Amino acid sequence: MSLEQFSKRDASPGYIFYNAEPTPKSGWEYFKRGFSRAIKGELFVGLKIVLVEMLRKGNSHTISYPQEKIEMAPRYRAIHKLLKLQESGSERCIGCGLCEKICIANCIRMETKLDENSRKEVSQYTINFGRCIFCGYCAEVCPELAIVHSGDYENASEQRAHFGLKEDMLTPLDEFKANKQKEFPGFGALSDDADSFVKKTPLAY
Amino acid sequence: MDWAIVIETVIKAIVVLAVIAGMAAFATYIERKVLAFMQRRLGPMNVGPHGILQLAADGIKLFTKEDIVPQNAVKPIYKIAPVIAPVTAFTAMAAIPFFPEFTLFGYTVTPIVSDINVGILFIMGVASAGMYAPLLAGMSSTNKWALLGAARTVIALLSFEVVSGLALLAPLMMIGSLSLIDINDYQIGGIGSWLVWSQPMAFLLFVIAGFAETNRTPFDLIEYEAEIVSGYATDYSGMRWGLFFIGEYANMITISFLVSIIFLGGYNSFWIIPGAIMILIKISAFIFLFLWVRAAWPHVRPDQMMWLCWKILMPMALINILITGIVLI
Repeated sequence: MSLEQFSKRDASPGYIFYNAEPTPKSGWEYFKRGFSRAIKGELFVGLKIVLVEMLRKGNSHTISYPQEKIEMAPRYRAIHKLLKLQESGSERCIGCGLCEKICIANCIRMETKLDENSRKEVSQYTINFGRCIFCGYCAEVCPELAIVHSGDYENASEQRAHFGLKEDMLTPLDEFKANKQKEFPGFGALSDDADSFVKKTPLAY
Repeated sequence: MDWAIVIETVIKAIVVLAVIAGMAAFATYIERKVLAFMQRRLGPMNVGPHGILQLAADGIKLFTKEDIVPQNAVKPIYKIAPVIAPVTAFTAMAAIPFFPEFTLFGYTVTPIVSDINVGILFIMGVASAGMYAPLLAGMSSTNKWALLGAARTVIALLSFEVVSGLALLAPLMMIGSLSLIDINDYQIGGIGSWLVWSQPMAFLLFVIAGFAETNRTPFDLIEYEAEIVSGYATDYSGMRWGLFFIGEYANMITISFLVSIIFLGGYNSFWIIPGAIMILIKISAFIFLFLWVRAAWPHVRPDQMMWLCWKILMPMALINILITGIVLI
C-alpha cells in the first residue's frame, strides 16, 4: 500500500481533508510567507484568549478537594455498603451466600448460623479489600439489594483490614435512625443532576 | 564628606537589595496566580488568604531543604555557580535610576547607587555575565540534562546578545549618552517624546531580546521541563536552586526597568501622576507581559531561536540603525 493510500484508508465520505498552504519553493517565497506571518498578528490571538479567560468571573474549574467534593454517579463502584430494612431495622442480608459464590476475586467470606427463630443469620461478613477488584458482581447478584456499592472513594487507611468487617459496612444505627441510609438506585440509574445535562433537541428550534 | 558618600551608597545598596529581593519573591506569587487564572485554575489558595503566605511557605521550604552536591560534581564550581546569578543581577541594578530625585529630611536623595557615564553598557555587560551561572552550573554537575542546558545557554547567549546590543544602538545614537539618567531626561517632554514612537523597531527588538536574556517563555530553552528536565538546575536543590530563581526574577525586574526608562519615558511624571508611580505602573505592566506571554505562547527550539535572532532580528536591527543614521545626518 502506498503512503497516500495508507493515510487515506479510513476516510468516510464526510471526511474533509485540510489543504495546508503549499511549502514554499524558492527563497523569495519563504520570505513572502515569513513576512505575511509576521504582520498577521496570529500571536496576539493567543494572548487575547488567555486574557479573556483570566478576566472572566467564576471561570475556575478547580474543585478544592477536601472542602468540596464532586458527586459520584450512582454507577460508581467504591467501598461496599450493607443496607438495613427500612421498616424493621434488621439486616437485609439473608445469608444466601450468592455474593461469596460469584466473587471472582474470592475476597468475600461469610459465616452464617441459625438464630433462635430458626432464621438464617449472618454472624461474620468480611470483604478483603486488598483483593477486591470492585467489579460489582456481588451487588448485582444480591437478591435483597443488601450489598451495594457506595460512593466512598476515600479508602486510604492505616490498617489493611479497615472497612472490611461487617460492622464497618453496615449502616450505623444512629445514621439509620436519622433516616440517612441512602437507597441504591440500581445499576444504570441516572445521577441526581442528570436533568441539567439534558439539552434541547434540534426539533425545538 | 567622603564617609557620607560611602554610608549613603551602602544604605542605598542594602535598600535596593532588600526591596528587589522582596519584589522578586512577590513576583513568584503573582506569576502563579496570573498563570492559574489564565489556565482556569485557582492557584495557591490554602496558605493564608488566597494563598498570599505561600511566599513564606516556599521560603521555609527552600531554606530547610537538604543541600545535595552530587558525588562526581566539580564541587567548588558547583557550589559557586548559583551565587553568580543573583550577584550579577543585583550588580546590574547599580546603574539603574529607580525613581526621580526626592528630598528626605532636607537631604536630596538620588535613587541610583552609582551614576556612571556608561550605565547602559555596564548593565548589559553584567547581565550577560550572569549567563555564567547556568553555564558553570550545567557543566559542573555531571548530569546530561544539565550539560544540555549549559550548551543551550551558550546558544541563547550567542543569539540574543547581538540583537539586544544592536537594537539599543539606534536610540543611543539619537540620545548621545549611555547614562540612564540622560536617557530618561531626553524623554522629559511628555508622552509624545517617548522613544517608543521614534524607535518602534528598536523597542520591539529589545523586548524580544529581553525575553531571551531572562530565559522567559518563548525562549526558555535552557530549562525547558519537557525536553531537558530542568536544564542546568536539574541537580540543584534547596537554597542553591532558590538563588537561581531570585536571579531570574531580579533579571526580569532589571529588564522591565531598562525598557521603561529607555523606551517608555522612564520616571518622568505624566499629567498629575508623579514619576515614581509612573515607573511602577510601567514595570508592573511589563512583568505582567512576561507572565501573559508565558501563559499564551509555546516556546521555540534552540535552532529556531538562532534562526530568528541571526537571520531575522539582526538584519532588522542593522536596517534600523542605518535608517536612524540617515535621518540623524
